[in-house]
Amino acid sequence: MAIMQLTNRAKPVDRKPMTWLESIYLWNIAKGMLITIKHFFKKKATIQYPEQTRTFSQVFRGLQVLNRDEEGRENCTACGLCAVACPAEAITMEAAERQPGEEHLYREEKYAAKYEINMLRCIFCGYCEEACPKDAIYLSQTFAPANYGRQGFIYKKEDLLIPDPVKDPEGYKKALGEKRVKK
Amino acid sequence: MLLGIFWVIVEKFLLVGLIISLSMVVAMYATYAERKVAAFLQDRIGPNRAGIFGLLQPLADGGKLFFKEEIIPLTSSKFLFILGPCLSMITALLTSAVIPWSTPLHLFGQDVPLQVADINIGILYIFGVVSLGVYGIMIGGWASNNKFSLLAAVRGASQMVSYELPMGLALLGLLLFSGDLRMSVIVQNQVEHGWHIIYQPLGFLIFFVCALAECNRTPFDMAEAENELNFGYHQEYSSMKLGFYLFAEYINMFISGIVMSCLFFGGYDIPFVHEATWGLPQNVMAIVGFCVLMGKAFFFVFVFMWIRWTIPRFRYDQLMNLGWKKLVPLALINMVVTAAVILWLKK
Repeated sequence: MAIMQLTNRAKPVDRKPMTWLESIYLWNIAKGMLITIKHFFKKKATIQYPEQTRTFSQVFRGLQVLNRDEEGRENCTACGLCAVACPAEAITMEAAERQPGEEHLYREEKYAAKYEINMLRCIFCGYCEEACPKDAIYLSQTFAPANYGRQGFIYKKEDLLIPDPVKDPEGYKKALGEKRVKK
Repeated sequence: MLLGIFWVIVEKFLLVGLIISLSMVVAMYATYAERKVAAFLQDRIGPNRAGIFGLLQPLADGGKLFFKEEIIPLTSSKFLFILGPCLSMITALLTSAVIPWSTPLHLFGQDVPLQVADINIGILYIFGVVSLGVYGIMIGGWASNNKFSLLAAVRGASQMVSYELPMGLALLGLLLFSGDLRMSVIVQNQVEHGWHIIYQPLGFLIFFVCALAECNRTPFDMAEAENELNFGYHQEYSSMKLGFYLFAEYINMFISGIVMSCLFFGGYDIPFVHEATWGLPQNVMAIVGFCVLMGKAFFFVFVFMWIRWTIPRFRYDQLMNLGWKKLVPLALINMVVTAAVILWLKK
């Protein structure tokens, strides 16, 4: 019984024996070489990585960034919603209470004393960004660089925090990226 | 008299040293060229980090090979294991002895021919040495005491033997033209009467295909078929012994490019012009001739690479069919027709 045809695009295999010209292969090899030599002169698709980087799309989900407000205070209140939302369980944090005199450091009375994301676990789904009620975490347009050890992939708060907009406005702007500017 | 002999020996030694180092350098950069050509044919740009345009890449590769651990398998036969790559290298380098690199130089009041030995069986010598080259592969594969290596060696040997025959037959037509086996005479004959490729296109085609097979290049890389035989005869080799095998392949490629240019494309002759009438000094002419020969050889090396990165390997039966049932009859026809035409013209 013939196999049911799903489309009418199937072509029967040509099983004719080779003609003499085909059997010395030269003509067909010449045709093949013509194709490859065309590629020799084509523009190359290579991107010289560390020097050149690809521009990511606006919706690219890369490395997480912990956000600050305009006065340079951390947004995060260590509510733990991101950790709950995280399907890969990559986020851990420890909360602490803001002491008097620390108002210029933290926006609200509670803050994250420790905040760690394991980038080997993270799947960059962006659920943390969606879960955050304080606009404290978002995914940037960069990705985690290579590292020699596993320990290097556990990003501490210092690694994740965005530069202070008061002290380092340029760094802040750069870290914010195009995506945030549009919002 | 004695002093004269002494100078001849010094001159030849210098020339041999020069040619060997030239072959080495060319082979070194052939590996670089191979990677670049492969990359370009595949829409990539190839090595470009070591030095400008990656020009120091061969040095990096060579350095890496040197520092690799030297392994001789316990079950291998040690002497033969070491002999294999040496033999490959020696035979690859030996071939260059009869190549006329250019017109003679004029140094210290005498003509210095740029050819190590103008022996009267020049082309036969090349054939002899090339056919010795198969021993490098066979011994290497045999001594490794590994079934893949052995299979590769057997395949390689039968391939080389099968393709030497049409190669020799293809050459007979050419020899009928030149009437001499001396390489210098063959080249000079072309300078005077036009390149042999005009009279012997079929002969050249067969010769070229066989040269590919003799160099173990794709589509005839039966002996080192990576994906069926795990790198074939040099599977057990590491460090510089492997380096020698790979190096020998590139030297072979370069030399066969040179041989093809000498036999069919006029050697150091510049096409379409009569360079003898330019009135250039003899030494300048020699250098120009040398550059022309190198240019032709490099072109062939490029074509070798171009073919390698275009077509896959032949199946073993296809290889044998092509060799015995297609190339041998074609070469025979070519020879008989050439002989008949020459006989008819001479009458």
